[in-house]
Amino acid sequence: MAPATHIPAGPLHLAVALDGAGWHPAAWREPDAEPDQLFTAAYWVNLAQQAEHGLLDFVTIEDSLDLQSDHHFRRDERTDRVRGRLDAALIAARAAPRTRHIGFIPTAVTTHTEPFHTSKTIATLDYVSTGRAGVRVQIGGRTDTAAHFGRREIAPPSVERLDDPDVQALIAEHFDEAADYVEVLRRLWDSWEDDAEIRDVATGRFIDRDKLHYIDFEGRWFSVRGPSITPRPPQGQPVVAALGHATVPYRLIARSADVGFVTPRDAGSAAAIVAEIRAEQALAGRADETVHVFGDLVVFLDDSAAAAQRRRERLDGLAGGTYSSDAQIFAGTAAQLADLLLDWREAGLAGFRLRPAALPHDLAQITGALVPELQRRGVFRTAYPAGPGSGTLRGLLGLPRPANRYAAA
Amino acid sequence: MTKQIHLAAHFPGVNNTTVWSDPAAGSHIEFDSFARFAQTAERGKFDFMFLAEGLRLREQNGLIYDLDVVGRPDTFTILAALAAVTDYLGLTGTINSTFNEPYEVARQFASLDHLSGGRAAWNVVTSWDAFTGENFRRAGYLAQDERYERARTFLRTATQLWDSWQGDEIIADKRDGQFLTTPTPGAFQHKDAFFDIEGQFNVPRSPQGRPVIFQAGDSDDGRDFAASSADAIFTGHATLEAGQAFYADVKGRLLKYGRTPDQLLILPAATFVLGDTDAEAADFAHEVRRAQVSPQTALRFIEQLWNTELPGFDVDGPLPDFDPVVSDNLISKGRASVRQFAKNPVERANEWRDRAADGKLSAREVVIEVTGRQSFVGSAGTVATEINERVQGDAADGYILVPHITPDGLAPFVDKVVPLLQERGVFRADYTGTTLRDHLGLAPLGRPDEADGRHERAARAAS
Repeated sequence: MAPATHIPAGPLHLAVALDGAGWHPAAWREPDAEPDQLFTAAYWVNLAQQAEHGLLDFVTIEDSLDLQSDHHFRRDERTDRVRGRLDAALIAARAAPRTRHIGFIPTAVTTHTEPFHTSKTIATLDYVSTGRAGVRVQIGGRTDTAAHFGRREIAPPSVERLDDPDVQALIAEHFDEAADYVEVLRRLWDSWEDDAEIRDVATGRFIDRDKLHYIDFEGRWFSVRGPSITPRPPQGQPVVAALGHATVPYRLIARSADVGFVTPRDAGSAAAIVAEIRAEQALAGRADETVHVFGDLVVFLDDSAAAAQRRRERLDGLAGGTYSSDAQIFAGTAAQLADLLLDWREAGLAGFRLRPAALPHDLAQITGALVPELQRRGVFRTAYPAGPGSGTLRGLLGLPRPANRYAAA
Repeated sequence: MTKQIHLAAHFPGVNNTTVWSDPAAGSHIEFDSFARFAQTAERGKFDFMFLAEGLRLREQNGLIYDLDVVGRPDTFTILAALAAVTDYLGLTGTINSTFNEPYEVARQFASLDHLSGGRAAWNVVTSWDAFTGENFRRAGYLAQDERYERARTFLRTATQLWDSWQGDEIIADKRDGQFLTTPTPGAFQHKDAFFDIEGQFNVPRSPQGRPVIFQAGDSDDGRDFAASSADAIFTGHATLEAGQAFYADVKGRLLKYGRTPDQLLILPAATFVLGDTDAEAADFAHEVRRAQVSPQTALRFIEQLWNTELPGFDVDGPLPDFDPVVSDNLISKGRASVRQFAKNPVERANEWRDRAADGKLSAREVVIEVTGRQSFVGSAGTVATEINERVQGDAADGYILVPHITPDGLAPFVDKVVPLLQERGVFRADYTGTTLRDHLGLAPLGRPDEADGRHERAARAAS
């Protein structure tokens, strides 16, 4: 069956990816940067509130179970970059009560963290945000990261190249594990039916235990009995996201996720990626489910294209080399970026996850210049939706609240 | 010298102390309940709030136990969110050292400490059962005698991770482009019977240096663990006599670990019932106990002690006339109190029968008497006096109070008892510091490489 051609009829979705002082390695050296505040609650609350002020759909928060490194496979021992970070889910939980509308999608590492823990963490984030939680699942393939846990060996890659077949096989295995992981998260979220709590004084029962379910997942990497210790979260199923650059992760997005982050170089490659994901989605039997594909872009935004370009060059100079990224790097004005987004969107992208090159500058440009520009063009919301049933991340993304897989029809 | 009392609030848990059937009982899972509870505690200038944890739903007779509150949030996540709606209150979470990894627990507590401005505390517990293990990758079972060794080792490992950053690695010098003073911040290497790990810890040193450490065990091993490694101990000995004996015993153990009595706080869990008069409070306390032990709950308790199903048993009649089933295989799973029952069930059943005969009590009434007695019952003045007497009499350094109603059951204590303690000059009128260590009167930790090392040496001596 050929995948249906996607026509971007829905509203444009916009997210911002928060990480340290911004995505450029020299961002922390900008005059308005606050590198000494990176480990305070106020820093993250301010960023989330700024993003909410711009009516964005959600923020993502990067994480890892190791010290950041410029190198894919090992630590780099650099002293001129931001190093150290706080747990992303806890940052989200700390910021959520100080916001009302915006979603939070922290990263969880599927290679090491127990799926039972991640499931209740994200369910609880959904409670403390009253329905605005998601999770971005990420594999953690570094050998030195595995040594932080000491319970599984990850062999150092023989050739430090991503296209090495051994490396590819290892990555494919991590992604298979990630798919199992998401299956466990989803089963645990459904392991309580919505109306399981009955408080029936006559029979003395707090719950109807027939509405709690063992999930009995048995896989190659873990077995989980369930049910969750946390009742089904407000959204039923918090939003699951994953980032992908190739067929293997696209398959994870298609099989398991609600939102995929991808890194096209242009509208043509965006169309090809979307087609590949839709085909995998059909193979996985999910053709009729919504899987939003978001394009990732690193953005330098200024009032003139020349200023943005100069800033990019200045930061590259400070960093001692040209910053390259898995995502396309954009440097220009908000109007130019709006043109690009609307062009790429024709390829079937539901929205974009923008990675601010430097914080707070590029976030302020997104909310203060890009969003008004998109609003002027009539393609972005002018207020968060109000009224009953609104106020959840699924609601913002146009995703229905899913039925519980264990509930009797 | 008059001691200052420490007070903490335990969010009502998934046991029959919590009366969910009361019309005033609110949600046990919505954030608003947790926020109101925490804000009430902070209004009362409490030292901290406390959360218990269990990583598998309890079962009895092979079925999920349905008579108590069931379901709870993730501890770290709810505490991080509570940091957003409080400014001073300490945030103490119970986290299992069996079904977690030191690297993750250390980074979550360090993160919570950063995000709360130095208010994090960890109640270190161990689990022992393959039952809970069925929810985890590592699964497994830990023999009873390995439990404290695992906990001790886990804590030592986590401490090594927290101490892997000195606190001055980040200079973030924009002009010179130097973010770090060292290429290998957080470097660590740890190898013992339980953990063989190395690398770099990725959370810089937090405001308190590390979370305040709580320990909850009562065994000889548990007391030594607390005396060697904990900042506070969470006990069940709330009465004057039992409290004094426990207090003297544990404080007496500190010397051999090179520590002084003020370095370990003893904070028993306690319940309370207030009334306008002592008589009114006593009546209300009886009502609460009856609500805590419904007929169905009474039957389940009797089944736990007798370790067998008792279909058709009438709890308004006498206790069973046969002895409990003595077996390592318990019908109740995931519940710590049952292990107390299991120690000598026949003897305990005889005690229950004696209570029944003495007071002409039905089976349910016996359960009400033996399981539900509140720690403090009386008018606000009486309760304030009793708490103060027990603290001044070295039965405790303060109490961790668990109300029976969520989320507002703490409010009467805060509104009526706390002002009396403040008037008597034995409880703070306002917070004088910002970190939980400040509230507890614990000295700030120095730089790990300059600290006197007493704590660490003591921990090693205990291992």
